[in-house]
Amino acid sequence: MENNQKLVHAFHEALGIDSNLIKDNLTYQSIPEWDSISHMILISQLEEDFNVSIETDDVIDLSSFKKAREILIKLGINF
Amino acid sequence: MLLRDKFCLITGASKGIGKAISEIFAKEGAIIIATGRDLESLNLMVSDLPVYSAPHLVFKMDVTKEEDVLRVFNELSQNKIFIHCIVNNAGIMEDATLQMVKTDLIHKIYNTNVLGTILPSQNAIKHFLRNRCGSIINLSSIIGTKGNLGQSIYGSSKSAIIGFTKSLSKELAPLNIRVNAIAPGFIDTDMIKGMDQKFYEKNLKAIGMRRLGKPEDVAKVALFLASDLSEYVTGQIIGVDGGMII
Ligand SMILES: NC(=O)c1ccc[n+]([C@@H]2O[C@H](COP(=O)([O-])OP(=O)(O)OC[C@H]3O[C@@H](n4cnc5c(N)ncnc54)[C@H](OP(=O)(O)O)[C@@H]3O)[C@@H](O)[C@H]2O)c1
Repeated sequence: MENNQKLVHAFHEALGIDSNLIKDNLTYQSIPEWDSISHMILISQLEEDFNVSIETDDVIDLSSFKKAREILIKLGINF
Repeated sequence: MLLRDKFCLITGASKGIGKAISEIFAKEGAIIIATGRDLESLNLMVSDLPVYSAPHLVFKMDVTKEEDVLRVFNELSQNKIFIHCIVNNAGIMEDATLQMVKTDLIHKIYNTNVLGTILPSQNAIKHFLRNRCGSIINLSSIIGTKGNLGQSIYGSSKSAIIGFTKSLSKELAPLNIRVNAIAPGFIDTDMIKGMDQKFYEKNLKAIGMRRLGKPEDVAKVALFLASDLSEYVTGQIIGVDGGMII
């Protein structure tokens, strides 16, 4: 699976939403499924799927699908 | 065995209550991750523990140092070790009436007892999410629930643990992560050894069961909270004080 697909899949798994809703403009708390609880599950899912460790500042910063990709790029994942 | 192959991280594991918890958890099959400021005493403690599967681990971790806490949790994750339980046991007690307390001491007590509980808990949550469950056990105190003269700083730091436990338990219950605290009374460890003799005798007389608590008395309750015996218990503060009245 290429990394963009992997990222969509991680969001789909963690938030339990349809993959076609997962676009760059999807933001934290813009839908009921992405609340503070599922945010924690999402972080754990991203860490597991991409084998990275996301620090607290980035956990707070990860406010959209687009931002998630940027943070992963910063952590050395290629897109 | 109640904790077979469960990774349990204990702060301040070198002696006293932390040591007793490590011992009882290891007897129940847990893999202990013993942390503390002094590697030598931790290694000594761990060398006496029974090993049923993977060997126990030891890490130098001062709970007041964020870099120490991050290093330990990152090292564990990098090695694919995800903890099931954390016991925030590290703590210090120094008594003085408020007029006699220097600001440095207030920082020291709060950094160890409060920040030193919050930081490891924050890092442990990600581990628990990987395991889809987890148990946080915090050490409060009867001084935190009832208060005592000469202990406004220590007592309030331990009351903070109660507030932290209750709020965090609500935040984490939907994720199947439990958060509870133990409030020991007067337990026979180094912590009470330096206590003023008059104060010591007064406290002893206040115990209904007429004996000091043993570290093992506290450890047994920690075992209950770490294991599935308490799988529906969260947000509770459990006194272990032999009927002490303050
Ligand atoms: N004993 C009692 O009567 C009693 C009653 C109520 C609550 N409690 C609570 O129970 C917990 C354990 O107390 P205890 O009686 O077992 O005390 P203890 O015998 O003095 O042991 C305290 C432990 O905490 C560690 N520690 C202290 N500061 C630390 C730091 N900054 N980072 C990491 N580890 C640190 C100590 O390690 P070092 O070897 O590095 O100093 C030691 O292992 C404490 O939270 C205490 O407040 C005790």
